[in-house]
Amino acid sequence: MSVLVNKNSKIIVQGFTGKEGTFHAEQMIAYGTPVVGGVTPGKGGTLHLDRPVFNTVKEAVKKAGADTSIIFVPPPFAADAIMEAAEAGIKVIVCITEGIPIQDMIKAKAYISQFPCTLIGPNCPGVITSDEAKVGIMPGFVFKKGRIGIISKSGTLTYEAADQVVKAGLGISTAIGIGGDPIIGTTTKDAVQLLMADDETDGIVMIGEIGGNLEAEAAKWIKANGTKPVVGFIAGQTAPKGRKMGHAGAIIGGADDTAEAKMRIMAECGINVVHSPAHIGKTMLEALKK
Amino acid sequence: MNLHEYQGKELLKKYGVAIQDGIVATNVEEAVAAYNAVKERTGVPVVVVKAQIHAGGRGKGGGVKVAKNEADVRTYAGSIIGMMLKTPQTPGGMEGPGKLVRKVLIAEDSYAPDFDACKEYYVSILTDRESKKNVIIYSTKGGMDIEKVAEETPELVHKEYIDPLVGLTPFQCREIAFNLGLSGKANKEMVAFMVKLYTAFVESDASLFEINPCLHTADDRILAVDSKVSIDDNALYRHPDLEAMRDIYEEDETEVEAREFDLNYVKLDGNVGCMVNGAGLAMATMDIIKLSGGEPANFLDVGGTADAARVENAFKIILKDENVKAILINIFGGIVRCDRVAQGVIDAYKNMGTVRVPIIVRLQGTNADIAKKMIDESGLQVHSAIALQEAADLVTKVLAA
Repeated sequence: MSVLVNKNSKIIVQGFTGKEGTFHAEQMIAYGTPVVGGVTPGKGGTLHLDRPVFNTVKEAVKKAGADTSIIFVPPPFAADAIMEAAEAGIKVIVCITEGIPIQDMIKAKAYISQFPCTLIGPNCPGVITSDEAKVGIMPGFVFKKGRIGIISKSGTLTYEAADQVVKAGLGISTAIGIGGDPIIGTTTKDAVQLLMADDETDGIVMIGEIGGNLEAEAAKWIKANGTKPVVGFIAGQTAPKGRKMGHAGAIIGGADDTAEAKMRIMAECGINVVHSPAHIGKTMLEALKK
Repeated sequence: MNLHEYQGKELLKKYGVAIQDGIVATNVEEAVAAYNAVKERTGVPVVVVKAQIHAGGRGKGGGVKVAKNEADVRTYAGSIIGMMLKTPQTPGGMEGPGKLVRKVLIAEDSYAPDFDACKEYYVSILTDRESKKNVIIYSTKGGMDIEKVAEETPELVHKEYIDPLVGLTPFQCREIAFNLGLSGKANKEMVAFMVKLYTAFVESDASLFEINPCLHTADDRILAVDSKVSIDDNALYRHPDLEAMRDIYEEDETEVEAREFDLNYVKLDGNVGCMVNGAGLAMATMDIIKLSGGEPANFLDVGGTADAARVENAFKIILKDENVKAILINIFGGIVRCDRVAQGVIDAYKNMGTVRVPIIVRLQGTNADIAKKMIDESGLQVHSAIALQEAADLVTKVLAA
């Protein structure tokens, strides 16, 4: 068993023939990811990267049996792309697009809740199950096969964590980049639940940042239900209040969403909290030995 | 992006939301002309002179004055325009330097003719991250700090969550009006006010509307006396009229310049600058600087393509800050190869001639070894590292030297 995506996934790329879509689809295919085609309205019936292009997601589901989609559509059209995927019956929707208006996202989020699908992102690096499927923009070579799951709001910090875990002699089962926007599909807690239930995962690295309450919510769930060691880090210990730090959701609103407050709650819930991002790998190694 | 009170009110007015109207002025003569125009329209000789800065609590620092005649307007406009206004929300609070006031709003006296018969409410709309819905927060305790009201009398703070697919419903508007204790004409007025206010919020892609106070007049009208409006940055592309309202004087000069270079930069008060790819790693790098004995001087995400031009721009932005004693470049080369980033750093450094502070470059990822060798053999005053801890130790070492 694996989480969200694997070698049997049937993956399509929405925004397939665009610059971003093309570049990352090539990388995904080179990694060995089962990409069965893509969607670009108006270019249906053609071939791109030796794979069929469809006009609609519905057509891709019908003709190519797609069950997973990765979205590289520009911000003004991305919420619509998410809704189209859900309505067409896609089970796992990964939205990479950064900069979607928040009013668009709350509508899309409410709309897709009536369909049996899981949304990852938006504004995320995607999901990778090592050696099986890379449904994202992460550098595949960093994610050596192993038994540690990673959950993170950030891209490069995920790669940093994965690299440290690998250098500590461990490896990655599945890494889930949940995204840095205020409104996202899969929350930290949702992702923790998936990895806790995964029999190919022995430990979890959970990386959060300032803003919101996702990490506290996940920590409380872990305290009540956790069965595997968790190493946690919150970026933004030195971030000032009220300033947006790159990610739309990374802004300290009150006393509860500072890095300090989140780390305190996580520690109280039994998570191995590291204060330096340089200590993620070695702390995971120690936590596994306990 | 935040709007000034007068800009927020313009936006509300466009959607038919009743407001305390007024005219903005940038000097005393304009203020006097505005006064006469407002007086003529309302027939009331009293106006309110309100400093226009992006911070609440303006009255506490002397930025809001009631003027009873033209002479008062001259006095108050003269003292407020050009003052460094300190409020609990300006940087450093009441002990800080304050913010320069460049404009005042000459606003009508909405409380006339019967001040004592007026009631002040609190109304705000924002997007709640937890429920993933817009929420209207309201209270009979208007004109006060809502966080304090929520703490002391939580039962007086009401919330109405809006279904994103249905929108604000009439029954919810009635619920709001009744919870505010309104009946008859005032109740109907409040329902109409909420419908227009919510339409304005959604259609302008706002992330925050705060109407405090929202006034109930003696003759049962409902109007917005103040407005605090923030617009979702991601949605500005479809609101060029609102983008045009951006007041760059309210923003840090270097941050404005960085935005022109398409760099995501936030100025901080520390002594170690940093240049990082990715927002999360950038925040983590700031934290590393602190743990190494320094204080971060900035947040800076150079993005995915850290080529020579971008690195050079980033150097220039960071070095504008006199407090910077060292710079830590932290790049995780994934899809971008480290050797290319290293070449960018070397080229940028050479283009700049000399850089006045020591530089630590940490490149990890594809071709990290080649990149380190390139930096080490460049002959530049640059320290190189591969592991994050190594870079942290170098920061400590450089600061101690």
